[in-house]
Amino acid sequence: MTILDVQHISKSFHQTEVLKDISFSLQQGQVLSIIGSSGSGKTTLLRCLNFLETPDRGVIRVKDETLFDADDPMTQKPSEIRRKRLHFGLVFQSFNLFPQYTAIENVMLARTLLEKGDPSYKSRKKQILEEIRSQAEGLMEQMGLTNRMNNYPHQLSGGQCQRVAIARALALQPDILCFDEPTSALDPELTGEVLKVIRGLAEKKTTMIIVTHEMAFARDVANHVIFMDDGRILEQGEPTEVFGNTKEERTRQFLARFQNEQI
Amino acid sequence: MELIMKQMPIVLHSLNLGFIQTLKLFILTLLGAFPLGLVIAFGSMSRVKLLRYPTRFIVWIIRGTPLMIQLLIVFYFPGLVLHNPIWGGGELGRFTASVVAFIINYACYFSEIYRGGIQSVPIGQEEAGLVLGMTKSQIFFRVKLLQMIKRIVPPMSNEVITLVKDTSLARIIGFQEIIWAGQKFMKGDQGISGAIWPLFFTALYYLIFNGVISMLLGKLEKKLDFFR
Repeated sequence: MTILDVQHISKSFHQTEVLKDISFSLQQGQVLSIIGSSGSGKTTLLRCLNFLETPDRGVIRVKDETLFDADDPMTQKPSEIRRKRLHFGLVFQSFNLFPQYTAIENVMLARTLLEKGDPSYKSRKKQILEEIRSQAEGLMEQMGLTNRMNNYPHQLSGGQCQRVAIARALALQPDILCFDEPTSALDPELTGEVLKVIRGLAEKKTTMIIVTHEMAFARDVANHVIFMDDGRILEQGEPTEVFGNTKEERTRQFLARFQNEQI
Repeated sequence: MELIMKQMPIVLHSLNLGFIQTLKLFILTLLGAFPLGLVIAFGSMSRVKLLRYPTRFIVWIIRGTPLMIQLLIVFYFPGLVLHNPIWGGGELGRFTASVVAFIINYACYFSEIYRGGIQSVPIGQEEAGLVLGMTKSQIFFRVKLLQMIKRIVPPMSNEVITLVKDTSLARIIGFQEIIWAGQKFMKGDQGISGAIWPLFFTALYYLIFNGVISMLLGKLEKKLDFFR
C-alpha cells in the first residue's frame, strides 16, 4: 500500500532552486534511502515533508489524504499543520534533545502535551500518564537505554543521545520516520550503535526515509534508493539497481568516492 | 568616636527608614521591569517593522541617556511643561515618578539581555518541538524558557546589583531613600548636624544587601547547573 506520495515538489530560497520537480512514492513498511552530495537538496526535502519548509509547488499525500497542495490554500492552514506534522517523525543530525529534561522525559514530553489537549484528559489523567511512561520505558528498552533513562542529555554519549532522539520521535507513532544524516555528528565508533537501532526498526517494518552518507548502510537497509543531485532526483530504484547497475555517470562518480569504504 | 556612638541610634533609625524606601523602589522596579523587558524584547525582535523599529529606537534613547536625566524628565516634565502635575509634590509622587523612570530604564536593559537569551537558544530546539507537534507557546514555555533563563542569570545578576546602587539616583528628585536619609545629618536633623559619617555609613547597607543578592543569585545559578 502506498503510504506516501510526493508529486512535483519544487522549492527555492531566494533565487536558488533547491528542489526541482521531485516526485516519488513510498510503500508502507518500506525503507527509502536518499543519497547524494551535500547541497543536493536531501535535507530540504525532509524538511518539506515535516512542514519545516513550505514547497513552492507540488503535492504531498499520506494515506490518500492530501497534506499539502501548493495550489490549494485550504491545505495550508496553519492550524492544521500541527496535526499534519504528526504523520511524520524527524530525527535530526544534531539530535536537538531538550537539555533540561532527562532522557525519558524527552521521550514523554510531546505526547504528554498532546494528551493534555484531549477533553477526557482531566478525568483519566493518572491512567494516561502511566500509559505514556510505560510506552516511553518500552522505547528506551528497545533502544538499549534502560539504565540511562534518568540521565540528562549532557551526560550521554552522542550515540546514546541519537537513540533517545529516535525514541522521542517514535513515541508519537508517526506513519513515516525521517532521518536527516543521523550519524553525521557522531564519532565513527558510535555510528554502529545508531545504525543497529535503525536496522532493528527496518526489521519491524517501520516506514522510514533515511538521508545518509553511510553508503553500505543505505544499500543494505533500504528497499528503495534515491540519488539526488543539484535538487533533482537523478536516479532511483532498488538498491541493487542503483548501486550495482548504476545508469547515470554522475551517480557513478558520486559512488566511486565511497569505493574505498568498501560498499 | 564617643560622639558617633551617641549619634548611632538616631542615625541607624533614620537610615533604616531610608533603606526601606530604597528596598521598595528596588523591588517594584524588578517586578515591573522583568515582564516589561520581555515585552520590549519581543517587540525588538518582531517581524513587523512598525513594531521593531520604534521599539529599538526607544531602547536606544533610554540606554543612551543618563538615568538621572530620565528621572528628572519623568518627574518634572508633566508639571513644568505640560502644566499637569500628575505626580504631585509629596513623597508618594516622588516615589511613583521614581518607580516609573526606573522601570522604563531597567526594562530596556533587561530587554537586551532577554533578546540575547532568546536568540542564544539554538533554532534546532524550536524545530524539534515543532516536529513533535508542539504549539509555539508550548515550545516557548516548556522548552526554550528554562534554557533562556539559564543563559540570562549571569548578565541579569550584574544588572540587579547595579540597580541596588542606582536606586540612590532617585535622591535627585528628592525621594527619601537611604542616601537622602544619611545626607540630612550634614545640614542638621534631630539634633545632629555637620555629620558626614552617616552618609558614608550608607555604603555598608548597599554592600551587605548586594552580598545577600549575589549569594541568592549564585544559588540560582547553581540550581540551573543540572543541565547544559
